[in-house]
Amino acid sequence: MIQFENVTKVYPTQKRPALNNVSIDVQKGEFVFLVGPSGSGKSTFLRLILKEEKPTKGRVHVAGKDLSRLSNWKVPHLRRRIGCVFQDFRLLPNKNVYENVAFALEVIGKPRRFIRKVVPEVVELVGLEGKGDRMPSELSGGEQQRVAIARAFVNRPQILLADEPTGNIDPATSIGIMKVLDRINRTGTTVVMATHDAAIVDSMRKRVIELEDGEVIRDQSRGVYGQAY
Amino acid sequence: MRAQFVLSEIWIGLRRNLTMTIAVITTVAISLALFGAGMLINQQVSAMRGYWDQRISITIYLCTESSPSSHCVENGPATDEDRAAIQADLESMPEVASVEYVDQAQAWEDFQNRFANQQALVEATQEGDIPDNFRVQLVDPSQYEKVQESFRNRAGVDMVSNDKDVLDRFFELFDVLKWAALTFAIVQLAAAALLIGNTIRLSAYSRRRETGIMRLVGASNFYIQLPFLLEGAICGLIGGIIASGFIVAARYVLLDKIQDWFYSGVRLSTGALLSVIGMSIILGVLLCAIASFLTLRRYLRV
Repeated sequence: MIQFENVTKVYPTQKRPALNNVSIDVQKGEFVFLVGPSGSGKSTFLRLILKEEKPTKGRVHVAGKDLSRLSNWKVPHLRRRIGCVFQDFRLLPNKNVYENVAFALEVIGKPRRFIRKVVPEVVELVGLEGKGDRMPSELSGGEQQRVAIARAFVNRPQILLADEPTGNIDPATSIGIMKVLDRINRTGTTVVMATHDAAIVDSMRKRVIELEDGEVIRDQSRGVYGQAY
Repeated sequence: MRAQFVLSEIWIGLRRNLTMTIAVITTVAISLALFGAGMLINQQVSAMRGYWDQRISITIYLCTESSPSSHCVENGPATDEDRAAIQADLESMPEVASVEYVDQAQAWEDFQNRFANQQALVEATQEGDIPDNFRVQLVDPSQYEKVQESFRNRAGVDMVSNDKDVLDRFFELFDVLKWAALTFAIVQLAAAALLIGNTIRLSAYSRRRETGIMRLVGASNFYIQLPFLLEGAICGLIGGIIASGFIVAARYVLLDKIQDWFYSGVRLSTGALLSVIGMSIILGVLLCAIASFLTLRRYLRV
């Protein structure tokens, strides 16, 4: 589903590569934790999958497509197959829960009838049933992140990328978020989650890829956050 | 494509930057009005040229006792033989359609009529000051130079003039007007393009959260940019509609008045007016949309 072949990424303003000769293969339906200190290359890894950045060297394949051969105008279609969740939620403050989720479908031109049908389903899937007309400011951090996950998942993407989704949320609420991500993973969606949260990684017992200074120093199935912890 | 979504986005964008929107619309309206006026003057002048080219007549003024030119002073006033010879030669030329002799009494009367509202001028002249002359109509008005040349410097002829020489000086004035209007129009259009750029930039900035999410969930570039492009195009359209008011006014107040001075009935057709208005509006819309598009390429990464 996601394949990195000897990928190196050097940002123009920096000498040290953000990713250095990384080769990784993520299968369809896998749940992968991406761990490592800040600046180790986790975000670059995710941005390369979205084709927000181009690799300096090497190739990235996503959903069977070689991204270096994907023309720019097709990038939006790639992104429709990838859902994204961030640490800062990125909800629209002037839209309620339902509208925030529906926005993702409206802007890719889905018919209104379809939107009316699927949005409540997804809102229920993330555990926010009955809260569709709340505004983001009326929700807790955990609930806001659930809305963000619903928005990322409403178009049924093949891949869900999560960049520190529990970074702004207390540990107890984080467990709920992880349950939602796990539920999504069980529908066959590949999930890649970058995180600092050792407790979560340890409790989930999923594949762990550890990056340090842009290099993969560990790739372990059913792993933990790190030996040192 | 969800029309309602796009329309509401445009409305929000225009309202959010209301002062900028007003500035843009005003600038666009002024520049397009100038552009349209320049185009109208252009069309009016060429219509009048065409009108007069078909009606160029030559007037051969004869020497009188009081003619001041050296040619007349040397040869004395035109004699009856001179007149007869000139008339005969004119009538024998194939280029000449008709010849009319205007004697001094008639010429002075014409002069009095023409300058009836300038009594001082009329009172300063008397019969005999205004030379008798031949009014010559041509078969092909474009051949006026040939006829004119063959009578210049002839005995008894003071000078040969044609309408075109007189009119050309007015047309030159129109040309200056036209270029002045078009120059100001271009400067204003450039200013309008920059203003639109700024407005769209503000709009893109204030909506960066929405566009960021749209990008993320895979909305097409077209869909993301469309509200901004239309926002610019609508400014251009409103500016163009206001400008067409000015253009209509320019036609009825300015150009039709000019017709009265020229004693000519060359009024531009409604079709010509509409095509100038259409061109102005299209120019406004295109300019605004293109300015928006170029701005978006810089400030809205897709």
